[in-house]
Amino acid sequence: MQFTFWGVRGSIAVPGPSTVRYGGNTTCIEVRGDNNELVILDAGTGIFQLAQTLFAEFPIDINIFISHTHWDHIQGLPMFTPMFVPGNNINLYGARDIVENRSVKDVLSRQMEYSYFPLRENELKSNMHYFDIQDQQDVQIGSIKVSNFLLNHPVLNFGYRLECGGKTVVFTGDHEWPLNIYAEGDPEYSDYQAFLDLRRQQTLDFFRGADALIIDTAYADSEYPSRQGWGHGSFDASIRAARDAGVKKAFLTHHEPTRSDDQLEQVFEQALKRNGVCSSDPAFFLAQEGVQIEV
Amino acid sequence: MTSAKDQLLELVEHIPAFPQAVMRILDITSRGDCDSKELVRIIERDPVLAIKILKLVNSPYIGLPQPIASVSHSVIFVGINTIKNLALSVAAIGMLPKTNAADFDMDQLLKHSLGVATVAARLAELLGVAEKDRSDYFLAGLLHDFGKVVLAQYKAVEFKQALEKSLADGSPLHQAETAILGYDHAYIGALLAEKWLLPARLVDCIGFHHAVDTETRDDQLRDCVALANIILQRLDFGFSGNRYRAEIPSTIEARFAMSGDDIISSLGDLDDELAKVTAFSH
Ligand SMILES: [Zn+2]
Ligand SMILES: [Zn+2]
Repeated sequence: MQFTFWGVRGSIAVPGPSTVRYGGNTTCIEVRGDNNELVILDAGTGIFQLAQTLFAEFPIDINIFISHTHWDHIQGLPMFTPMFVPGNNINLYGARDIVENRSVKDVLSRQMEYSYFPLRENELKSNMHYFDIQDQQDVQIGSIKVSNFLLNHPVLNFGYRLECGGKTVVFTGDHEWPLNIYAEGDPEYSDYQAFLDLRRQQTLDFFRGADALIIDTAYADSEYPSRQGWGHGSFDASIRAARDAGVKKAFLTHHEPTRSDDQLEQVFEQALKRNGVCSSDPAFFLAQEGVQIEV
Repeated sequence: MTSAKDQLLELVEHIPAFPQAVMRILDITSRGDCDSKELVRIIERDPVLAIKILKLVNSPYIGLPQPIASVSHSVIFVGINTIKNLALSVAAIGMLPKTNAADFDMDQLLKHSLGVATVAARLAELLGVAEKDRSDYFLAGLLHDFGKVVLAQYKAVEFKQALEKSLADGSPLHQAETAILGYDHAYIGALLAEKWLLPARLVDCIGFHHAVDTETRDDQLRDCVALANIILQRLDFGFSGNRYRAEIPSTIEARFAMSGDDIISSLGDLDDELAKVTAFSH
């Protein structure tokens, strides 16, 4: 299995000289199975560049798994050119919106409403299929098994675990380790904490032993205290999780849009040092646009 | 009959919550920094909000491997913002009207439900149930009369007849309901809880809280809620529309290894606790 980062930025695309090394596009990851099956994780602006590389393979089967429906993870969808070409099969997977009771199909069709886009969803020329997936429902894409797990974000967010030929890649989408809503001393505190601890164990089991864990690490730890509850991870939290889950490599992603490449490296180096990361730990990397990883 | 029932189930999808909770939800969510703990507390004290949140969290669209019977645990699965928005979408439906065609006092029912919830949790404590597991008893107590909210709202004419019949001939309200509607509030509450995929122990507790004598399966949760219900009637705290004073079944006395009177006296003074839990609803 191999994967390529096409977008590693959180919240909004930030092209420009200060982000040119790690990249300015929002989240999109291309994964290829052992039989060259194509799975795309999230459809941020990075999906546009990915699309430019696919023409030679038309007609093609494309499986897009959406972690969640915040803009930075779906924004590239209407401009995903393979959708406009007859013969292509495009399967879109994601969680249902339980608040508005909308299916994943609505994610795309609402982005393509008259006010926002010149073409309608029903004018797409490829064969579009939509799948509302449930917590821990496995989907087999050729040689790749895709399983999922609900992670904590301000909207339903699925993390995805892809297994193929004995190798495993896990992608969190956006995730913050949930906090106790009660204060120590509240009667509900300890029950809630016990449940949180259990949930953490289940989450780590979902990450367990991955050859590559791609994990939301939006915030520097100095920033995190003022951004608790916003639904994103921090460097310390991601390093701890990668260790606890015994993954081989961890790719930190969802880089803050305001962070320049130099600042990003600086924050990363400090975190490695602060956490005493050594050779027996997982190998940590900053996710970088255009970089392809073989697992 | 089937289609009439389906119609009722359809209507209940859009049942509004109690005014107190709706106003508090709108209030705390309009502030920039919504307090999660407070939000959960409001939901946990409103039968309609609580059951609807559990319905959505347990829905097949999420498909959690195990049904959830706790509002606060729901937060860990779907996140506080989703819970907040679910609560807001319920609040947006409106509020249960103060008056209804059944002339049934919803405020009193809410008070009764909170009272049963509180006492059921205390009874669990008496039986040695660990603190973390007592929230199940509170929730079951809160939801046990959900069916009455539904009947007052959507079967008002028949429910009014049942209320009057029970009052006139001194029969238990649920029997009067069955005489007039063909089913009672326990049945309709359980039907909904089941349809909405709530945990089976909650469904059973709602469905059998008037059937401790006939539904002999050992069920401590149901027994505690049924007993709390009987105790609340004696305390004259809130009013559930039922003037019938049921005896405490011997099977329940056996479970506590005490006479009914001894169980009640070992609960001690409940006034403080009842005042505290209902402070939110006024
Ligand atoms: Zn994001
Ligand atoms: Zn997000």
